[in-house]
Amino acid sequence: MTLRLAGEAGQGVESGGAGFAQALSHGGLWLHTYTEYMSRIRGGLNFFQIRVSDHPLWSHTEGTNILVAFSPEAVRDYGPHIVPGGALLHDEGLKFDHDAVARRGTQLFPMPLTKIAQEVGGNKIMMNTAGLGALAGIIEYPFEFVADVIKKNFKRKGDAVVEGNLKVAAEGYRIAQERYAASFDWKVSPLDARPHRMLINGNQALSVGAIAAGCRFMSGYPMTPASSILEFMASHARKYDIVVKQTEDEIAAICMAIGAGNAGARAMTATSGGGFSLMVEALGLAGMAEVPVVIVEAQRPGPSTGMPTKTEQGDLLFALFASQGEFPRIVLAPGTQEECFHAAARAFNLAEKWQCPVIVMTDFYLTTSMRTLLPSEFPIEHVTIDRGELLTSEQLDRLAGPYLRYKDTPSGISPRALPGHPKAVHQACSDEHDEYGHFEDEDAANRLKMAGKRMRKFRNIVEDLRAPTIYGPERAEVTLMGWGSSYGAMREAVDLLNARGVRANMLHFVDLWPFPEAKAAPLIEAARQLVAVEGNQTGQFAHLVRAMTGRRADRLVLRWDGRPLSPEYILATLEEAKVHA
Amino acid sequence: MLDLKLYNNPVKVTWCPGCGDYGILNAVKSALAQLEIYPHEVLFFSGIGCGSKLPDYVNAIAFTTIHGRALPIAMGAKLANHDLHVICITGDGDGYGIGGNHFLNILRRNPDVVHIAENNMVYGLTKGQYAPTSQRGFVTSTTPEGSIEIAFNPLTTAINGGATFVARGFSGDPKHLAKLIMAAIQHKGYALVDVLQPCVIYNKINTYDYYRERVYKLEEAGHDPADRSAAMQRAQEWGDRIPIGIVYQATGEPTYEDQVAALRAGPLAKRRLAPLGPEQAEALRREFF
Repeated sequence: MTLRLAGEAGQGVESGGAGFAQALSHGGLWLHTYTEYMSRIRGGLNFFQIRVSDHPLWSHTEGTNILVAFSPEAVRDYGPHIVPGGALLHDEGLKFDHDAVARRGTQLFPMPLTKIAQEVGGNKIMMNTAGLGALAGIIEYPFEFVADVIKKNFKRKGDAVVEGNLKVAAEGYRIAQERYAASFDWKVSPLDARPHRMLINGNQALSVGAIAAGCRFMSGYPMTPASSILEFMASHARKYDIVVKQTEDEIAAICMAIGAGNAGARAMTATSGGGFSLMVEALGLAGMAEVPVVIVEAQRPGPSTGMPTKTEQGDLLFALFASQGEFPRIVLAPGTQEECFHAAARAFNLAEKWQCPVIVMTDFYLTTSMRTLLPSEFPIEHVTIDRGELLTSEQLDRLAGPYLRYKDTPSGISPRALPGHPKAVHQACSDEHDEYGHFEDEDAANRLKMAGKRMRKFRNIVEDLRAPTIYGPERAEVTLMGWGSSYGAMREAVDLLNARGVRANMLHFVDLWPFPEAKAAPLIEAARQLVAVEGNQTGQFAHLVRAMTGRRADRLVLRWDGRPLSPEYILATLEEAKVHA
Repeated sequence: MLDLKLYNNPVKVTWCPGCGDYGILNAVKSALAQLEIYPHEVLFFSGIGCGSKLPDYVNAIAFTTIHGRALPIAMGAKLANHDLHVICITGDGDGYGIGGNHFLNILRRNPDVVHIAENNMVYGLTKGQYAPTSQRGFVTSTTPEGSIEIAFNPLTTAINGGATFVARGFSGDPKHLAKLIMAAIQHKGYALVDVLQPCVIYNKINTYDYYRERVYKLEEAGHDPADRSAAMQRAQEWGDRIPIGIVYQATGEPTYEDQVAALRAGPLAKRRLAPLGPEQAEALRREFF
């Protein structure tokens, strides 16, 4: 079932929702959360929804079983999402068109939330606590789990606050259970097995991956939806030995990371499409000067400022080809929270091994959605750290000839010396250069040699990249193909299709560029009916696949209204295509 | 003092004969030799422009970067390895124009970085357009009726913005300039050395003779660089008399690196990289239970 809390910014929708999610997680349940908020600090309309189940979940789904509405706008906009037989829980004083809601077959569950908050807790602000208590009462989820989270989350505010919230939640629970539990069909019970599980979103998972990989430097400029990476790293800087620098703009952000990366610290920056646009020239510098740097591009709908707090996968081809000239870069697009962890950890190894920029692409949906995961999905202590052909001090001591920073080698990789060794005085250079790194921006033969060396890396990188993952039966009638955050929606759509008797499977790409042609082409060729599923308007990945393999997608399932792909959306669009075909 | 030849490399210098950059190149090498800083102990950064080729002509570690961005790249490097001396070479358009935002922000951060700005008041490499520091009325290919903008004053901006060391040199007096660069390197914190540098091709106003008639040395004029208001006054002097020397210096201010907790255990670049131990890993996971 899906529970949704909605109200104005500042009414505690997100913090309350996250707390409730913790309470459910502690009961051994599997969750997927999805949040939407408006681009403002107070007011507006936000929601936080929790899909809860006794088995692992991969995606949100359309439709809400119970909506807890704290504002009239929440009823107006999200009331229609309530499934038949579902309920609207609201304060008894909330003004809205009751008849309109009831006509849709929605049950109305008015509650004296404000009254409880004032009379029992002594403060109107505890109204959302009363609402969460009531919600637990209606679904008959044991109160002790809610109480434990209240104790934990309000601890730093003092005993009085903890006590007040506990009483308010208990009273909400008691009244709601008494009045409404019998008429609400969906119930949530704790499972017998309650192992520790992590409840984590994409940005957090990516940050944990970066810390695990030994990221020592992060610079960034706040931009939704990437900002929480900078905040997470800043709050962990002291403990994990990281220098975190908020900069004057995104140009400085990538430049500082490049400076740190060249000097020998594992470095990253994170931004969204607008900030990435500013980083483009320096991206080319990292390519030309062969500096390892990791760039997170958390997409949101463009062009320009676009829809700052919504989601889209619209920057794919931009990330692949941004900056003038041709140079090697690597682009990864994790599909799930656990893949965010692994992609971040791999990104630092790939950046140092191939001495080039690595772009990790996510989007608003993946960065903010949380899932419950087993701790074993985050093997932090077992992450491999591979710095590639980095010359040690001892190797440099024994160096016979002059050190060539850009030595032309069969792999294209020039063994790297960090600045500071007497035998490896060298120059990194943005102009075309010779093997020493000195300017050579005239000579044609040198150009062929050095540009050839760089592109040789690009051709070899692909050996380190992975094939798309396959989910679903072989020899399927329909193959869904996607990249990045659409993984969960596609996977659940595949399950639904097979349950309906349509033999369907999926190909999901994390490693996008250099395009893993040799590994991917046979899988794409084998698809009988190839459906490209993407969160953009033009089917950018389908373009790429056609350019790289010659295979044209038979159908496109695209979404670009700022909302994430869902299993139902994929199915409905496929149905529609059938009707129109 | 080290042998000056230590800093020579075989790269052929491509500046025009008489270019003010030669004086700066000689002063930089002389300062390094006098301070006995070896080529592997100093990291040069530059942007784009005639003067930004300077690191290519010095045997030292270098990173020649893109237009306007040398300062943040240098700061990133300094934070990654604060054992190295970091010297940033920019032009006036490079450092004060396209890189203006970075200039404003490095002033208030005070990393231990030397910034030498080759200020010829014109765009040379793109063949003669006006610069942020061009004087009002300056005629160029893009200001055929003369520049109608006020010239940017790097010295007042730097002092106002929080710089802890602000100096002006003249490339026609490389010995004096070398002393300023030495003082800048020895200064703990951000140090700006703005250098009056004649462009013999595109700037027929601010020539060697123009400066020789006008410059005077602050240290011979009884100026106290610790006096901030006196420094602001000297920084505004322009016209018949142009001051060179250390305009302003605040000592005892902590550098940016001094204040970063993660750097107390030594430079980031020198840390051994290894996966977190089981306890640290578990603590990180537990944050999400």
